[in-house]
Amino acid sequence: MPKVKEKNIAEKCYHCGEDCKNSGITSEEKNFCCEGCKAVYEILKGNDLCSYYTNNTKDKNSGTKLSDVKFENKFEYLKDNDIQNKLLDFRNKKISKVTFIIPSIHCSSCIWLLEKLYKLNPAIKSSIVDFPKKSVTIVFDHSAVSLKDVVVLISSIGYEPHISLEKNDDQIKKDEFKNKDLTLKIGIAGFCLGNIMLLSFPEYLSAGAEIDPQLKTIFNYLNILLSLPVFFYSASDYFISAWKAVKKNYINIDFPISLGLIALFVRSLYEIILFNNAGYIDSLAGLIFLLLLGKLFQSKTYQTLNFERDYKSYFPVSVTVLKNGNEISIPVAKLETGERILIRNGEIIPADSILFSGTANIDYSFVTGESMPEQKVLGEIIYAGGRHFGSAIELEVIKTVSQSYLTQLWNNDAFKKTQISNLQNLTDKVSIYFTVIILAIAFGSGLFWLREDVNKAIDAFTTVLIIACPCAFALTTPFAFGYTLRIFGRNKFYLKKGSVIEDLSNINTVVFDKTGTITDSGNISVKFFGSKLSHTELCLVKTLVRNSSHPLSRKIFESISAEDCSDDLEVTDFDESISDGISGIVSGIPVKVGNIKYLLKDLDCSYYERSHEFIKNPFSTNVFISINNFIKGYYSFRNIYRTGIENAVDDLSEDYDLAVITGDNNSERDNLLKIFGSSAKLLFNQKPQDKLNFIKDIQSDSAKVLMIGDGLNDAGALKQSEVGISVSENITNFLPSCDAIIDAGEISKIGKFIRFSKTTMNIIRASFVISFIYNIIGLYLAAQGTFSPLVAAVLMPFNSISIIVIIFLMTNFFAKRKGLI
Amino acid sequence: MSAIIILICVSLTVAIIFLIAFIWSVSTGQYKDKYTPSVRMLFEDNEIPEDLKNDNGDRKKIKKL
Repeated sequence: MPKVKEKNIAEKCYHCGEDCKNSGITSEEKNFCCEGCKAVYEILKGNDLCSYYTNNTKDKNSGTKLSDVKFENKFEYLKDNDIQNKLLDFRNKKISKVTFIIPSIHCSSCIWLLEKLYKLNPAIKSSIVDFPKKSVTIVFDHSAVSLKDVVVLISSIGYEPHISLEKNDDQIKKDEFKNKDLTLKIGIAGFCLGNIMLLSFPEYLSAGAEIDPQLKTIFNYLNILLSLPVFFYSASDYFISAWKAVKKNYINIDFPISLGLIALFVRSLYEIILFNNAGYIDSLAGLIFLLLLGKLFQSKTYQTLNFERDYKSYFPVSVTVLKNGNEISIPVAKLETGERILIRNGEIIPADSILFSGTANIDYSFVTGESMPEQKVLGEIIYAGGRHFGSAIELEVIKTVSQSYLTQLWNNDAFKKTQISNLQNLTDKVSIYFTVIILAIAFGSGLFWLREDVNKAIDAFTTVLIIACPCAFALTTPFAFGYTLRIFGRNKFYLKKGSVIEDLSNINTVVFDKTGTITDSGNISVKFFGSKLSHTELCLVKTLVRNSSHPLSRKIFESISAEDCSDDLEVTDFDESISDGISGIVSGIPVKVGNIKYLLKDLDCSYYERSHEFIKNPFSTNVFISINNFIKGYYSFRNIYRTGIENAVDDLSEDYDLAVITGDNNSERDNLLKIFGSSAKLLFNQKPQDKLNFIKDIQSDSAKVLMIGDGLNDAGALKQSEVGISVSENITNFLPSCDAIIDAGEISKIGKFIRFSKTTMNIIRASFVISFIYNIIGLYLAAQGTFSPLVAAVLMPFNSISIIVIIFLMTNFFAKRKGLI
Repeated sequence: MSAIIILICVSLTVAIIFLIAFIWSVSTGQYKDKYTPSVRMLFEDNEIPEDLKNDNGDRKKIKKL
C-alpha cells in the first residue's frame, strides 16, 4: 500500500467538490480527488466544454464523483439484441431512441453537460434531460455508435444510468397519459366556462328585464354548443367511473355527481329548446371545472420517487458466466444452478451461491440496513442481494434467482395481490347513504307532483338532483388530501397517494425494523474498552490497520485521531488471516488486531488469565488488540440510534402498540428496552418471511399496522402492512416498494404525521357536514319554488369554493399548531 | 345588434385559436417537464450550429477512461 503524506489543508476537488484529502492528483494547478474526476475534466476541457463548471449557480464543483468501476466490461450485456430491444423506445433504419434514468443528475450543470453529448460523440443526434424525472432521452445513429458505447460514454463522464429491464414503463406511460389527459380536460373546461359565463352575462344582469329574444336565442344555442365538449369530454371520467361501479354492484361518489351533471344538462336542453329560457349551462361548466381542479390538486406526484420497486430493479440485468474458460454475459433470469459466475468489484450477487475462489467482502446494506460488510471465505454460502467489494470472485450458483433466500419472499401472496383497495374509503361509504336519500327525495317529490302535472313532476325531480349534486362534498377529499400531501412533502415525508392519509389515520400498531431504521446505518460508533492506550501504542495500531482493507480495520483507522504519528514506522512480517485478524511487527513491536481466538493462538496462559475479563461480551462486534503479546482491550462497534428516536417512541407509545422486529441477534435488547419500554414486543433473529408472517398474525388480531423499515428484507412486511413506510438517507436511492418514504432525519416526527392524518380526516368529516347543510338549504329553496338559474349560478359555485377555502384555512391552522409548517 | 353578433363571432374565433394552440402544446408534451426548459434557456450558446456540422472530421477523439 502506498504511503501518502497527510496534508492539513482540505483541498476541494475541482470537479466534484469533495475533499481531495491526500490524493495529490493535479492538472493545471487544479486539484482532483481521484483520477476519474481528473479524466472527466480533461474530456470537458478537450471539447471546450469548461463552461460546465460555471453553469451551476449554487456551487462551482458540480461534477459527479466517479467510482473506479471499469465500464467497458460492465455494459457488455448491452450488445445483446433482446436486451437492446427491451431498452430502446424506438428504432428505425437510421436512428435509435433510448431513455435512461440517471440518479446522479442533481444540478443545472448536469443538464447542460448531458445535452451537449453530441459534442462528445457526433453520432449522438440529440439528448434531452427531464430534470424532475432525472432522465435523459438520447437519439443516436446506431450505425455509427452502439447502445453500449453511448452508455459507456455517459457513465465515463459520471452519469451512470440505472438500467432495469423491469417493465414498469407501462405504468409510467399510463400515468403520463392520465396527466396529459387531465391537463387537456381542464384546459377545455376552463375555455368553455369562460365563454359560457360571458354569454350568460346578459342573463345575470337583466334580473327580470327583457333581453332581445333573438339575441337570447343565439346566446343560448352558443352555450349549448360550448357545453358539449365539457359534458362529453371533460366530465367523461365521472360517468365512466360511476358506470364501472354500478356494474360491480356498488355506488361511489361519482354516481350522485353523474346524476347531478346529467340532470343539469338535460334540464338545460329542455329549458332552452322548449321555452328559450337560460338553463343551467354555466353552473354545469363551472362545477365540472372545479371538480377537475380538485383532481389535479390531489394528483401531486413525486416524479423522482418510485414506490413500486421490487428486487428486480435492484438486481443486475445480466451476469458474467464462466463456461469452458470463456466469459459470457447472460441475463440473470436465465441463470441456472451449478453455473459458475464471475462477480467484479461493486457488483451485486444475483443468486445464492458458494464462494469458489477469491475473498468476498459483501455489503448487505440494501438488504438488511447493516452497513458493515461481511467477509466470506472459500466454500461459504453467499446470499443474493449483497454487493461485493474487492477483487473479482468466482461463485457457483446453488439456487436460481427467483428461488434465492431473499427473492423467494416475492413469491409470497402479499405480492401477487393486485392492489385493489378493498378498504372502502370514507367518501364512498358516505356516498351510498347520500345517493339513496337523494334518489328517495327526488322520486318522492316527482311522484307527488305527477298526480297534478307531468311538467311539474319533471321539474321537481330534476331540481332535487341538481341541488343535491354533491359537488362540494366531492371536492372535500381531493383538496384536503392534496393539501396534506404538500404539508407532509415539505417535511420530507412523501406519500404515494392521498388515500394513504386515510389508512394512516386508522393505524393502531407501529412496527419498527431495527438496523437502518431506528439505528443510523451510516454512523457507527467505535469505542475502545480496556486499559488506555498511549500515544505510541495508538500509532502502532494505526500503522498496522492501515495495511488492511477489511472494513473493520478501516473503521479503526478512522477512529484513531493520533495525528502526528511518524511515517517511518515500518511494518514487517505482516500477515492477514481472513475473517480472523491481522498481525505484524511494527518498528520491532509485535501487534495483533483481530478476534479473541486469533490473538490467543500464540499467547501463553498467564496472559489469558489477565485478559479473560474482556471476553465476556459475546455479542456486538468486538475487535481485540494485543501489543507486545499483551491484550490491551477491544474496539467495540455498534450502531448509533438515530437522534430523536426516543422522543418519537415516547410520543407514539401513549396511543399505539409498538413492536421492534429485526434480523439481528439480541445484543441490543437492553438498549431497545430502555427506549421502547417493557410493553413493546421485541423480536430478534427474524427472517424476511418471519417479518411478513408477524404482521399477518397481528393483523388477524385486529391490528392495523404501520410498518417502518428500510431494507429489501422488510419488503414483505411493508407490503403486508396497512401502511408501509421506507426510511431513507437519500430518497433517490433504491427503496423497497412501500406506501410512503420518509427522510431519515425526520423520523422523530412520525407521531406528528400520524396525528395530523387524523386531523385531516376530521377536517374532511367537518366539511362533509357543512356541505350537507348547503344541500339542505338548497333543497329548502327548491321546495319554495325560488330555484332559478341565477340562484343556481350563485349558490353552486359558492358552495364549492367556500368548502375549498374552509379546508385550506382549517388544514393550515392545524398544521401550524402542530408545527408542521 | 348585429354588431354584437359579429363581435361575439370574432372573440370566439380568437379564443378558439388559443384553444387549439393549447391543445397542440399539451399534445407535443410541453406540460410533461415544467422545470428543465426554465434552466435550459439560461445556458449560453457559445457555438454556431453550422460550424458543428462542418468540423465533424477533425473533432478530437474522446479519451476512453
